[in-house]
Order: sequence, then C-alpha cells, then structure tokens
Amino acid sequence: MDHIFFFYFAAVIATTSLLVVALRNPVFSALSLLIMFFHVAGLYVTLHAEFLAAVQIVVYAGAILVLYLFVVMLLSIKSEERYHNQLPVAGLLGVMLCTEVILLFIKSQTSRMAPAAAADPVAGPGNTEMIGEALYSTYLFPFEVASLILLVAMIGAIILAKKDINEPVQ
Amino acid sequence: MTVPLSYYLILSGFVFLTGVVGVLIRRNIIVILLSVELMLNATNINFVAFSEYFHNVAGQVFVFFALTVAAAEVAVGLAIIIALHRAHSSIYIDDLNLLKR
Repeated sequence: MDHIFFFYFAAVIATTSLLVVALRNPVFSALSLLIMFFHVAGLYVTLHAEFLAAVQIVVYAGAILVLYLFVVMLLSIKSEERYHNQLPVAGLLGVMLCTEVILLFIKSQTSRMAPAAAADPVAGPGNTEMIGEALYSTYLFPFEVASLILLVAMIGAIILAKKDINEPVQ
Repeated sequence: MTVPLSYYLILSGFVFLTGVVGVLIRRNIIVILLSVELMLNATNINFVAFSEYFHNVAGQVFVFFALTVAAAEVAVGLAIIIALHRAHSSIYIDDLNLLKR
C-alpha cells in the first residue's frame, strides 16, 4: 500500500518537474509546479509530516505560486494566447463545476438529518506539537533569524519594485 | 512494509537535477526561478524522508526554515525581475549582458 502511494506521488512529481522545465509558456510551467507542490504535500503525509503538508499547500501553493502567476501575468504581455482559445476548455470546466455544485446542494438537502460523526481526539503528542516544541526550544534563535530574513526580504522587495525613491508624489 | 529510504533519495535527486538543468538551459528568468523552487523542494523531500527514518523532528524544522528562505527569495527575485523588466523591457537572460559589454 505504501509502495503504491509512493510510486504514484513520485511519478507525478517527476513528470510535472520535467514539464516545468520543458513547457514553453511560463503560465503552464507555474501550473505544473502547482500540481507538483500538491503531490509533494501528499508525499509528506505518507511520511507522517502532516503539519508540513499543510504548510506546503498554504505557503507554496497559496502564496508563492500566486506571486509567480501575478508577475507572469504582469510581464508577459506579448504572449499570443487569447481568451478565445481556451473558451471550450473554460466552458467544459464551468459546466462540470456547476453540475458538481448542484449535485452537492441536492445531496446536502437530502442528508441534512444525518448526525455528524464525532472526531476522534488525537492521543499522544501530534506532529504539530512536536515541531512546535522543537521550534520554540532548541531552534528559538534560528526562528528569530528567520523572521528577520522575512523582514529584510519584505523591505528589499518594496524598495526594488518601487518606481523611484526620489520621485515626487503626484 | 515501508518504502526504502533510497527511493526518496533517487526521487529528490531526479527533481534536483531537473531544476539544475532548468536553471542552465532556460532563457526566461521566471522559469529559472521556478527551477530554483524545484531544487528547494527536492532538498525538502530529502529532509522529511530522513526525519521520518531517523525519528528526529529536526529535519522537519529545517524544512520550515527552507520554506522561509524560499519565500524571501521569491519576493526579492520577483522584485528584481520587475525592476529589470522596467529597465530593459525584457525578461530573457540573453538580453541582460550589461556587465559583459
């Protein structure tokens, strides 16, 4: 069972990482990197690192890749793709999502009376707890340095991307 | 039956090599930064695999720090790309040879 999961995740990670390098359009590269991030998160779950899997999805897929996509959309204006080319795909996807939402609504109305299953309380120290203890005791100083790195990166990014620091505000 | 550690090492080595090749052969700076992300993820897979096999949580803490550095790198790198695009109106590294001229 473990082998099946590992080989699935490994195959998808290898394929999408090849696609990141091979595809011509940077938007497609970024999207295949998104798929790779999700599968790396799945690999973390099979390795019992659930907290890191959540962080991987939230930070990498949610923040870093969105930043990439913003810049790609901002810069590559002379890309030949127009909206008309992806109209059939968008239509198909829209119809599928609409049917899914409708089916979910119907299902939720019929099964509203079903009692919610009680979640089992986690026994023993969980993955997140162990990481938190290590992070705030042994690695407290590197943790503070990491926050300093983020601050410096934030200031540097703002200063670099500003138009001109001496330009008078109009 | 668990997956042997060497499988994870082979996978992360493959992803890392793909990232190196991407940095070397692509012309678009954005794709080069994406390839750097590939390499960082390869090292993260290594860290988590070793952390699982040695039952030591330190590896996962290091992944946390690598993630912080990746976020900082992306912010500064994309700001540099925007500044370059503003100065040269190009994001292809063939056009950015100011120091060579």
